[in-house]
Amino acid sequence: MDLSYSAEDIAFRDEVRAYLADNLPKHISDAVREGGEMGKAMIEEWHAILNRKGWLATIWPKEFGGPGWTPVQRHIFEEECCRAYSPRILPFGISMLGPVLQKFGTKEQQDHYLPRILDGTDWWCQGYSEPGAGSDLASLKTRAVREGDEWVINGQKTWTTLGQHADWIFCLCRTDPDAKQQQGISFILVDMKTPGIEVRPIKLIEGGHEVNEVFFTDVRVPYGNLVGEENKGWTIAKYLLTHERTGIAGVGFSMQALEEVKALARKTLRNGKPLIEDPLFAARIAQVEIDLEAMKITNLRMLFKAQSQGAPGPETSILKIKGTVIHQELKDLARRALGPAAAPFPGHVTDGNLMFGPAATAHNAARYFNNRKTSIFGGSNEIQRNILTKTMLEL
Amino acid sequence: MDFNLTEDRQMLADTLNRFLTEQYPVEHRNKVAYDAPYHDPSKWDALVELGTLFALAPEEAGGMGGAGFDIAVVFEALGRQITPEPVLGALMASRLLAAAGADQEALLSGASKYAVAFTELDAAYELDQIAAQATAKGDAYALSGRKSTVYGGQVADVFLVAAKLNGKLAVFQVNAADANVTGYGMMDGAGAAELLLDDTPATLLIEDGAAAMEDAINAGIVALCAEAVGAMDVTHAITVDYLKQRKQFGITIGKFQVLQHRAVDMLTEIEQSRSIVIKAAAELGGPDASRYASMAKNLIGRSARLIAEEAIQMHGGIAMTWEYPVSHYGKRLVMLDAQLGDTDYHLSRVMAGNAAA
Repeated sequence: MDLSYSAEDIAFRDEVRAYLADNLPKHISDAVREGGEMGKAMIEEWHAILNRKGWLATIWPKEFGGPGWTPVQRHIFEEECCRAYSPRILPFGISMLGPVLQKFGTKEQQDHYLPRILDGTDWWCQGYSEPGAGSDLASLKTRAVREGDEWVINGQKTWTTLGQHADWIFCLCRTDPDAKQQQGISFILVDMKTPGIEVRPIKLIEGGHEVNEVFFTDVRVPYGNLVGEENKGWTIAKYLLTHERTGIAGVGFSMQALEEVKALARKTLRNGKPLIEDPLFAARIAQVEIDLEAMKITNLRMLFKAQSQGAPGPETSILKIKGTVIHQELKDLARRALGPAAAPFPGHVTDGNLMFGPAATAHNAARYFNNRKTSIFGGSNEIQRNILTKTMLEL
Repeated sequence: MDFNLTEDRQMLADTLNRFLTEQYPVEHRNKVAYDAPYHDPSKWDALVELGTLFALAPEEAGGMGGAGFDIAVVFEALGRQITPEPVLGALMASRLLAAAGADQEALLSGASKYAVAFTELDAAYELDQIAAQATAKGDAYALSGRKSTVYGGQVADVFLVAAKLNGKLAVFQVNAADANVTGYGMMDGAGAAELLLDDTPATLLIEDGAAAMEDAINAGIVALCAEAVGAMDVTHAITVDYLKQRKQFGITIGKFQVLQHRAVDMLTEIEQSRSIVIKAAAELGGPDASRYASMAKNLIGRSARLIAEEAIQMHGGIAMTWEYPVSHYGKRLVMLDAQLGDTDYHLSRVMAGNAAA
């Protein structure tokens, strides 16, 4: 048992920390700190900076342009990025499609698409969920029919995150309606500029535009846009969902959120005293801090397992369940610490508006509501419990 | 970073688990845990022979271990069989004797059983509320006051007693034969004692003993939390097994999602518990030991009660019976919260640390 990082890991951490201090632009870290939505330009700017260093695709092996890091190094990198308030790296191209192409794609597909993910030529989005296929993803209905050298796609995808910026979408489509559900699905790449695609925004609970509906009407794409074998898309989908995700517990983001809650509770006065001295509120902070402290170790234990045994195992579902609950609790505490000052609509309140607290805190209610998504997406926490029921309890 | 046990500790864990599974099955445990002397003297001797006590003390004190992870390994094994042997008192006393620079031969050889007496009726956990008083009598001392629910006190040969001396918390050694000891059994098995001190002769061990007491308590917390993890593991395994056997409405009840998800939530909390024990064990003896011990005891207080109550609920009536092992695991898991500071007490210590930071 040894919880400390090795000397090499510490040297690596210092290198990352120094790099971030020198290269993360202040206007970007300020935007992250303020908690608003990241615009397309800022995300692309940060991706380009990381790509120049070779640190964008942290989970890719060296042969495809990744840094070849160990799981522990990736964890350290994510932790340092959170510490420095750098934006989350968009997962769709880097950590979802990239590994899929590396495992299932042809040499031509790899050579064409992977460099374009790295240099930002292609912004990818994910075409998985449908109005009738959420947790029961395998019931998806979007149809792709082969006609000569083309696929003709009809149907609808939804919850397409940042699809409004996307150049390409990777889709799960039904290609054999007569086969058993999981066996008639294919994984197809679609250029968003193809005629017949319509993107409609979905306004979210807090008013933000983050996700979209994508409609496909007689959309024709080359047959060669198929990844892997026809009707074997479910294997790819599962690979993608269970693919090693060191950051799934979101420990770095929760540590960031904990520091923010504590800072708010020190500044805010309640009954004439700092809120952090209020026993009820202080107890809530302390309890979630304890859970987070345990989560840090749980996360490292699974990371260690991934590193020493090659795969993280189904226990990562534990990280998803507990990690999201802890993060949501912290977002709730930030909102509650501010009281009414968390209530104004972000953007509707300015520093000149003396009725409310500073504009900088107005996003806290929005973030709380927005973050209810984390226990729903990526396999809801109930689906994670089903996975653990089967794999760990064998019930 | 390495989450594997060292070879030595793995061997110790294997040895203890094998011995306890064979020699201390729960039926035997229940026979000895609820009747005086509330443990099994022959099994105590066997545990000592296996090196259990030596694993709890560092080399400079005559032992072969003494680190947080040594303690965790021993107590997790004890917890798996809810063993009622008075090992916790030996551990805490060993920490105090080491702080005093005193000889531990009698303790480590198992020749004398030790109990640490600090709890009082109006000071369940708080060292600064201790009222027992010491007075100097020439070169010797005399103690007065009452120590309550002294775990292991029913069989202790020697008590290490926390009492006030000139306004400071000091630690004394009292021979059981010199004191008024009333032993009794506990709801969750094993025993304790009331210790009445009335001008009772005592030997001074540590004059300024608050820090040493805190260390002994931190070590005891690591032990209790590891014990809980062992007991939770077994309780969960029995429960999942039952879900696979028990049929109602024509199917095994493990097919019901409402029970599946609750069984998964138990698993999640056990993994979190294991993690916080690792953290507290790693920090034991260091500058942040108390903070992480408090975090561990708070988290374990919550999770142990959850596991106990859920295991009983998911079993239904059968786990309400004395006959079925889960009732005994459940009692131990709930009642260990009342040892060395409960969930709320330790939460308030973490809060105080945050406010001061």
